[in-house]
Amino acid sequence: MKITPEEVERVAALARLQLDGPEVERMTRQLDTILSYVAKLDEIDTQGVEVTTHTQQVVNAFREDEVQPSLQPEQALANAPEDNGASFSVPRIIR
Amino acid sequence: MDFSSLTLHEALRLLEDGTTTSVALTQAVFSRIGAVEDRIKAYLAHNEELALQGAEQADALRAQGQGGPLCGIPLAVKDLLCTSDFPTTCGSRMLERFTPPYNATVVEKLHQAGVVITGKLAMDEFAMGSTNENCAFAVPENPWKAGYIAGGSSGGSAAAVAADECFGALGSDTGGSIRQPASLCGVVGMKPTYGRVSRYGLVAFASSLDQVGPLSKDVRDCALMMEAIAGYDPRDSTSINRPVPVYSQVLERGVRGLRIGVPTEYFGQGLDPEVETAVRRGIELLEQAGAEIVEVSLPHTQYCVAVYYLIAPAEASSNLARYDGVRYGFRAAGTDGLQEMYNRSRSQGFGDEVKRRILIGTYALSAGYYDAYYKKASQVRTLIKQDFETVFRQCDLIASPVTPTPAWPIGEKSDDPLSLYLSDILTLSANLAGIPGMSVPCGFTSAGLPVGMQLQAAHFNEEVLFQAGASLEQQLGIAAKKPVIGGV
Repeated sequence: MKITPEEVERVAALARLQLDGPEVERMTRQLDTILSYVAKLDEIDTQGVEVTTHTQQVVNAFREDEVQPSLQPEQALANAPEDNGASFSVPRIIR
Repeated sequence: MDFSSLTLHEALRLLEDGTTTSVALTQAVFSRIGAVEDRIKAYLAHNEELALQGAEQADALRAQGQGGPLCGIPLAVKDLLCTSDFPTTCGSRMLERFTPPYNATVVEKLHQAGVVITGKLAMDEFAMGSTNENCAFAVPENPWKAGYIAGGSSGGSAAAVAADECFGALGSDTGGSIRQPASLCGVVGMKPTYGRVSRYGLVAFASSLDQVGPLSKDVRDCALMMEAIAGYDPRDSTSINRPVPVYSQVLERGVRGLRIGVPTEYFGQGLDPEVETAVRRGIELLEQAGAEIVEVSLPHTQYCVAVYYLIAPAEASSNLARYDGVRYGFRAAGTDGLQEMYNRSRSQGFGDEVKRRILIGTYALSAGYYDAYYKKASQVRTLIKQDFETVFRQCDLIASPVTPTPAWPIGEKSDDPLSLYLSDILTLSANLAGIPGMSVPCGFTSAGLPVGMQLQAAHFNEEVLFQAGASLEQQLGIAAKKPVIGGV
């Protein structure tokens, strides 16, 4: 086994996903199949091989530090599930 | 005549010589949508009234001798490109009620070119899938065969173009999501070089792999659409500042003098014999037209599925962390406290495949596994990229199948994620290496399902893809062949 149900639950908690019992069972089985498959990368000796995170050589893309047009507060809040007219509202954090 | 069956460039000519108007073209498209959409299910949203307003404006501009190069042409866009006129759902419950406050750069560019946007097209949720079965709202069907997949993730885009429900469409391609559905639906699709087209306003899946590109009725249409959307955008820090060629000017150049590589590894086990026959015949036609055919090798092809299905989920797990039920998107009702609100909103808002990829990605990036999975995959990505660098010293472009098989019945592989991932083997490498790729129709199976040929070239060498694609299309003469949809 590449991954156990306990590990799937731990990873789900890191990703802020809540899985029920059957979902944990199914995801464990499917992730196990996928992780067993990707283990074929171990066949390749990658010692000393650089990583590729981007395919184009872009050096830092800077711009002048000047104010640019941006969203108005009411536009930024327009899609909020809950707001108070000036900011986003979230459920109570500190009790 | 029914204008909806015209290509984009044919429609443009009729607009230019005054034979028709944008209003008439737009009405024809909506009439076609009315006739076939029940069967195709390509659109998640369309708006005839809004489109006709745009068409009237386009006609007025054209009458004054103004308007952009595509003035008055009705096009549709995949539902992960931000549009302030339409909701942008990404095929997900998470964004079901999300209407962006701004347009993606490519949408702005279409507006500037004079395009009339008809609506938003179905897709696998957050572009994760190869069949469109992961869309939370509708599963488009292949115009060539009822009950068959249109492909994915830009399945709605490919189906709409093949069914004449628009004159062309934009899609996005992270691992084949333009080329694969284009191949399965018998239309042209291009994934440009990474950095050629702005990603600003493209809802992110895997940021080092995602590119926006056209799906079109023929190669010339693809060139005209690329001319409209390509170019540097200061709002996408990965877009590249170099001039955009006039792609439509290279279509007549032919393939004489071009060296076309045929990679041995792309004709391996699991390739459908009818797909192989159609693609090999297409390669012969290119040879007869003057190209030199050489056998080449991309030895790390067998590892691209493993590399992709670590890197793409890793990037996705990070990108999709933004869906927290706070600023936009779905929020679960009646939760107790912030943590539970996060957990339940994400669990109820995301579908199965998205959760699966978030889990794989989070696992591959988590402490103790990062080196074994994410870092290892990123190193093998370098080897895959080097394979292409080697091959493009031996030839100008590569020809191969796009997919190992033609379209299959909806539901056939939906319970087996790995077998679906493996069907992406021929398209993933282009994204991992950042090179451009194109799918051009090259025939049909005995069951009448389309087969595409994939052409790939070195970074920023889209022109040779257009040359070879146009040559193949001209020799085959199948671009005008249309599916029969419910008798219309």
